[in-house]
Amino acid sequence: MDKSTNVLIVDDYKTMLRIIRNLLKQLDIENVEEATDGQEALAKLRAGNFGLVISDWNMAPMTGLDLLKEVRADARLKSTPFIMITAESKTENVVAAKQAGVSNYIVKPFNAETLREKIEKVMVHA
Amino acid sequence: MPDGIAGPPATAEDARIEAAVRAVLDSMAGDLSATEAALLAELEGLGRTVARAKQEIASLRVDDITKSHIPSATDELDAIVGHTAQATNEILDCCEVLEAVAAKVGGEEATKLGDAVTRIYEACSFQDITGQRIGKVVQALKAIEERVAAVTSRFAGEAPPPPFAKAAPVTPQTEGRRLAGGPQLPGAGVSQADIDRLLADFD
Repeated sequence: MDKSTNVLIVDDYKTMLRIIRNLLKQLDIENVEEATDGQEALAKLRAGNFGLVISDWNMAPMTGLDLLKEVRADARLKSTPFIMITAESKTENVVAAKQAGVSNYIVKPFNAETLREKIEKVMVHA
Repeated sequence: MPDGIAGPPATAEDARIEAAVRAVLDSMAGDLSATEAALLAELEGLGRTVARAKQEIASLRVDDITKSHIPSATDELDAIVGHTAQATNEILDCCEVLEAVAAKVGGEEATKLGDAVTRIYEACSFQDITGQRIGKVVQALKAIEERVAAVTSRFAGEAPPPPFAKAAPVTPQTEGRRLAGGPQLPGAGVSQADIDRLLADFD
């Protein structure tokens, strides 16, 4: 993938944002911005130019699934790769995310290799 | 009248039960079979037991539960989340120092340091999972608090307390919110391998 891609990471746990940012840095991905819920993320996506979204699910007021739906409904953003990283590990969550257009889905706790693998996979298809 | 269950001193409730049983007996004078008498005795005993239970529930110090025990428990849980977040961030501070050192050291040693730091990052995600689990426990405690208050006030003959003030919903109940259940217990959710297979089935 192009290491200069702008990546938006979204999670309501600041510690998790820091962990994901540091893991991305190990992959030489350093153009990273953060948001702490779906609404803030959507505003940043609409105002900026991001090549990848990595989002948690369980956030308020806007969840990651609702953010994904907004992204897919937006003519300019709809083809942006979107990876969900979440503790939601029920089959119905995965199915709902896929039906909403998620590019890949990582269940927490995850390892760095899984993150690298999923990012490479979605960016190849981007 | 049939013998009732021996119990504590008579109360207004006991007197009411006794009067009701006596009224039934009077209306059935001469016609009461042994079975019916036994049944009435059982009913009277049950009535007294229910009355005692109502009194005991009404006399519970519910204020201790709703004003002290549960708020204290939720405060302790919040403190746990705060302390673990603080500790995790200190660990992350140290990891960032180690990464800076690794960049200066270079070579095989740097690789070893980098691998170790990666493992620490992976392990530190526990804080997110535990935070979400504790959040679920806090919600459960608040639900218990509300129900205990409702039950005790009902048995005390008081008007039920107003529902606890809930945060005004800032968004409607979306599919995302409805499916946001937090971490599953070990073995209850699907694994990353299962998820990968599921996603592949869609492709």
